[in-house]
Amino acid sequence: MKIRPVVNGRLRELEVEAHALLLDVLRDGLDLKGAKRSCDTQVCGACTVLVDGLAVSACTYLAVETDGRAVLTVEGLADGETLHPLQRAFVEAGAVQCGFCTSGMLLTARAMLAENARPSRGEVLHYLRGSLCRCTGYRKIVDAVLAAAENGPAAGNGQ
Amino acid sequence: MLRPFTLHRPTSADEACALLAGLGDDAAVYAGGTELLLLMKLGLLRPRHLVDVKRIPGFGDIVDGPRLAIGAAVTHRTVEQSPLVRARCALVGAVARHVANVRVRNVGTVGGNLAFADPHSDLATLFLTLDATLELVSPRGRREMPLDEFVRGPWETARAADELLASVRLAPWPSRSYAAYVKFGVHERPTLAVAVVLALDGTAATGGDRIRDARIAVGCVGPRPVRMAAAEAALTGASIGDVEAAARAAGDAAAERVDPADDLYGSADYKRDMVAVFVRRALRIAAARARGVEPAERFPHAVVA
Repeated sequence: MKIRPVVNGRLRELEVEAHALLLDVLRDGLDLKGAKRSCDTQVCGACTVLVDGLAVSACTYLAVETDGRAVLTVEGLADGETLHPLQRAFVEAGAVQCGFCTSGMLLTARAMLAENARPSRGEVLHYLRGSLCRCTGYRKIVDAVLAAAENGPAAGNGQ
Repeated sequence: MLRPFTLHRPTSADEACALLAGLGDDAAVYAGGTELLLLMKLGLLRPRHLVDVKRIPGFGDIVDGPRLAIGAAVTHRTVEQSPLVRARCALVGAVARHVANVRVRNVGTVGGNLAFADPHSDLATLFLTLDATLELVSPRGRREMPLDEFVRGPWETARAADELLASVRLAPWPSRSYAAYVKFGVHERPTLAVAVVLALDGTAATGGDRIRDARIAVGCVGPRPVRMAAAEAALTGASIGDVEAAARAAGDAAAERVDPADDLYGSADYKRDMVAVFVRRALRIAAARARGVEPAERFPHAVVA
């Protein structure tokens, strides 16, 4: 099936099978390796990408559903060499340990801040439920999201 | 990886039903895919055709009326954010906010949740207290069926192979009703869930602190969610200011009624004990809300809505 998604701001024309999963199309077809395959059951959040701004598990999402829609992966978050405010906040807070969950955490936080520019700590925790950090470094991740929100509304923008 | 299939995208219920009738066991109804694609990846389901119902007009709508109709393809997230749902039955939106995680809520649908009949469903448990009926369409016409009859057991419903679940219709509670939903579990899906509603006598003007009508549903512990008639009866006539004795009796009655199974979520005995505990807790919360108090007490591994 022919689909035309806008991936990280760039219109793509792709030929995909109906049963192709978005995660495989991104990783193997477009060489975007930021989204990870981990639990493969929508429990962990490592494969999170945004489709029209909504967080989805790319491991359990048909690629054909992205036809005519905007897909944002972690590779599209920075503006050239300039980090996205959330990425900068993650660096400054030390919110990255092994890094495996980071792309999913960033994109989930990006989706949340677009809806709610000044979340409480409780709201951040609620939104990140189901985004698992195997290093258990949650405190600094939540700190980083709150810091990015405090630094201004730009944290919910980008692509 | 998924096995190959053909994706059909009908734009009317008639077209979808005709596809289902023609394809028989080779077809599966597809909306969000949050349940279906998981089982397909595991090889537990191997449909060669998926019939996508998201393009059928009305399936994505929430419609007001004497009863609130939620289209089968409405996502949990839409329910969570719907002003109409909030106005007619705020607890439905509050429970939708706690289904699984935000990625599942963005994609997963109300119809998929009910039609899959996973015993660990939040919505099925809550909807029993709203006297939910399901609208089913097929080449033979439409029929409406109570949720209690629709869900027959784990992953088993009364839906015929060529039938589509079109919507669920909820009867919002009368005024002066106070409710709570509590779920408990350490896994992604709840170990047990309790929905309670207390309707008081009198009117807003006259007041009245007696429980006229109580509704209690318990889900996730047994093969299907169940309304607890004996537990409900134990509450009728009790004073909202002194609900403790009745709440204990109701908890005990519910524990006796449930049909728990030993599994990875816990032993049957453990679940039975927890049903008594959480029915009691949910009733205390609803009673506090009836007195205008939002209890601050929270319980480990439990979500209160």
